[in-house]
Amino acid sequence: MEQQSDRRPVRIGRRSFFDYLFGTGLAALAGAILYPILYYLVPPKVKEVTASSVVAAKAGDLAPNAGKIVAFGGKPAIVLRTPEGEVRAFTAVCTHLACTVQYRADFKHIWCACHDGHYDLHGQVLAGPPPRPLDEFKVTVKDDDVIISRG
Amino acid sequence: MGFLQHKEVPRHRFAVTYYTGGITLFFFLIQVLTGLLLLMYYRPTADAAFESVRFIMSKVQFGWLVRQIHVWSANLMVLAAALHLLATFFGRAYRRPREVTWLTGVGLLFLTVTFGFTGYLLPWNTLAYFATKVGTEIAGDVPVVGRAIMVLLRGGEEVTEATLSRFFGIHVAILPAIMTVLLGAHLLLVQIHGMSRPIAVPVRGGEPFYPHFVLRDLFVWVLLLGGVAALATLVPWPLGEKADLLAPAPAGLKPEWYFLFMYQSLRLLPARILSLEGEKLGVMVFVFGSLLLLAVPFLDVWAQRERSHRVVTAAGIAALLFVIGMTIMGLRADR
Amino acid sequence: MSRWILLGGLAVLLFFAIPRAAAAAPEADSCTTCHSGLEGRLGKPALGMADDVHTRRGLACASCHGGNPREMSMGAHDRSAGFTGAPTPAQVPQFCARCHSRPEVMRRYNPKLPTDQFARFLTSVHGTRLAKGDTKVATCTSCHGVHPVRAVSDAASPVSPTNVPQTCARCHADPDRMKSYGIPTTQFEEYKGSVHGEGLLARGNRQAPACNDCHDNHGAVPPGVTSVANVCAQCHSATRDLFVRSPHKTAFDILGEAECTTCHGTHNIAFPSDEMIGAGRGTVCVRCHPADSGAGQAAAQIRGQLERVKSIIAQADALLARASTAGMDVTDANLDLNEARTQLILSRAVTHAASPAEIEKTAGAGVAAALRATAFGDAAMAELRFRWRGLVVSIGVIMFVAAALWLKIRELESHR
Repeated sequence: MEQQSDRRPVRIGRRSFFDYLFGTGLAALAGAILYPILYYLVPPKVKEVTASSVVAAKAGDLAPNAGKIVAFGGKPAIVLRTPEGEVRAFTAVCTHLACTVQYRADFKHIWCACHDGHYDLHGQVLAGPPPRPLDEFKVTVKDDDVIISRG
Repeated sequence: MGFLQHKEVPRHRFAVTYYTGGITLFFFLIQVLTGLLLLMYYRPTADAAFESVRFIMSKVQFGWLVRQIHVWSANLMVLAAALHLLATFFGRAYRRPREVTWLTGVGLLFLTVTFGFTGYLLPWNTLAYFATKVGTEIAGDVPVVGRAIMVLLRGGEEVTEATLSRFFGIHVAILPAIMTVLLGAHLLLVQIHGMSRPIAVPVRGGEPFYPHFVLRDLFVWVLLLGGVAALATLVPWPLGEKADLLAPAPAGLKPEWYFLFMYQSLRLLPARILSLEGEKLGVMVFVFGSLLLLAVPFLDVWAQRERSHRVVTAAGIAALLFVIGMTIMGLRADR
Repeated sequence: MSRWILLGGLAVLLFFAIPRAAAAAPEADSCTTCHSGLEGRLGKPALGMADDVHTRRGLACASCHGGNPREMSMGAHDRSAGFTGAPTPAQVPQFCARCHSRPEVMRRYNPKLPTDQFARFLTSVHGTRLAKGDTKVATCTSCHGVHPVRAVSDAASPVSPTNVPQTCARCHADPDRMKSYGIPTTQFEEYKGSVHGEGLLARGNRQAPACNDCHDNHGAVPPGVTSVANVCAQCHSATRDLFVRSPHKTAFDILGEAECTTCHGTHNIAFPSDEMIGAGRGTVCVRCHPADSGAGQAAAQIRGQLERVKSIIAQADALLARASTAGMDVTDANLDLNEARTQLILSRAVTHAASPAEIEKTAGAGVAAALRATAFGDAAMAELRFRWRGLVVSIGVIMFVAAALWLKIRELESHR
């Protein structure tokens, strides 16, 4: 915009110095803005995106008469395969005092170690202090993934 | 862009108010950018909405920053729009030839709060769910078309997952489309008409819009950017609990702060006035008030003649005090 | 014409003359017809029979008391038809046992019902005293009611599970009645305040025992000292297993101390607390073990292990709460906290093994889980500090740009 009649070879004009300063600052700012944006766009490696369903296990890893504790919605859940081969899932929070239950292959059902509570393979209370049955989750087996979701 | 270079920004006592429009625009631009980023991960279903926001906040890198900036910038945009409204009102910037600019401006204000109302529900947390319930109830009190509006907004009789879908579509598609048109028109008109001057205020020359005022605008914007970043990091908005439709309404339920003045004044009304339900009457008054706001350029006949009548000023101050007073009262209400 | 009126009138008369049958009895029952018209104790049995479990199964007055229900006069009290009248209190158990102790009879009406009640009753304190001539003791009707006898599953029955303590207390909490027997009468009050009483009576939890669950339904006898553990083990099986493996079992047997109740009480069993364990004042351990003895020190050690788990859990909780208020999401640490709490509860159960080494297994796992939760909290706080540092850097850049802009603007101004 301004005419530059003759170039002054040595001295850098104050004008272009401030322009340079401003340009650098703007570049730094642009970098400071783009850096988080670019990292944001890279998808995270975590599996659980929603708490309404989670891949609990590999179907091949779950043998008959075995169970596994997984995280589901911030709380423990138990995924098990019955001796007959059917896959089921329940909340692993014992209805007595909220201990985490486990699968006992010798009992062939679910057991809570804290006060000897026993649940059958439908979550119903068989013996011990638990006052209510375990909530059951929906199980879908897709390819080799066992997916549990709230029903 | 030719006329941009010829545009001058006048210098006078109240020239600082010229920044208000740009600030509102700045916050809007932030909203567009952060909103687009949020769209990459947000899921608009009752099952997944809350969890997706939690995912953004805790697992996505800088997701917390994007979300917090989006929430803070939304609130600041409403505040900026309100300040811009005050500046243009008291500066009588709506007088001839800028009536349409005023109309588009008021439309933009309504759009902004609608953006806020619809966006508030999207995390699908308890407060948002109940605030939406109450808000759409009140919308249902508008005379004649109220019920229809309520059902259309809610996607049914109650606030459900359908409401979430609707609000999402409105928030990310319908409103931005309307916004683009209105904002484009607004900015175009401002460029065409140039900056208005307050009536009877001495003007000490002016400066070129470009590059002088633009750089000043940019200066303010950069400072505000720092402010938003600080707020986003140091004063984060909580996510709350996922909405449970079967739970009772939490105590102390309130809408967002920019709706508080309406909410509070409606609550103060008696149950029945004359033969009408108090709340319905209150809503009618607000609807009427909105129409008045739109009609200001045509009602203020003195401004057309370059006169600043104190009746208009008084009315503006009265309305402002009412809104501020009701908002403060609403914030302090414990219930 | 008048003939029809006469016949009609006769019909009407007959209709009203036909006696009101008892609710379920298919044929005319003179017992209820006559007795419901009587006053006082003779009339009472006829009322409320609709709720009686026997009537609902098709039985009637004569099924128990004999006689001829078709005879509409005092001839119904026919001894040759088996009329026995009302049994005396001493005769009541045998009276009911005529059916209730015979499987071949009972299975026709309710195959699930046991038939050993009379046999058990004879072994009970009530039964043995009755045999000696004490008619003040409870018999079948004292607890089950009579006219009507409600089914146990009927919530209004005196022996419905939530009503049992009150029913026993009718006599056992009455000081005058119990005076001659020399038994305390505080059991009901103690039970009401106990964890079992609160569970059954206040919260309706049928898992909680009433009097009959520990004292035997019909063979009511206080459990013997060496069999208390077995009684409690009906529900608290895991705890009993731990106890039996501990040194306390042999010691208690030798000392003749009742298991379980020595530390936990009989009727006033309170919800156990960690304060019961240790070598300090107020613990149950120091009742037998001096604080400086080996056992006393083991008790103190066990208490220390429990307190350690609790304190690390509390620390983790506090740290996570701080991180949460500052805006970090901490739900993923909940799993570890849950695990830690589970291990703490397990540790409390394992105290019955009276072995610090046993406790260490669960307490150690609890500490490990709580430490993982703490690590998550630490990571959250570290992330928070990273964000603040990032903010400082960003503000720095912004200030730089702002300063550069300011200078540029001033420079532009100076050119005008």
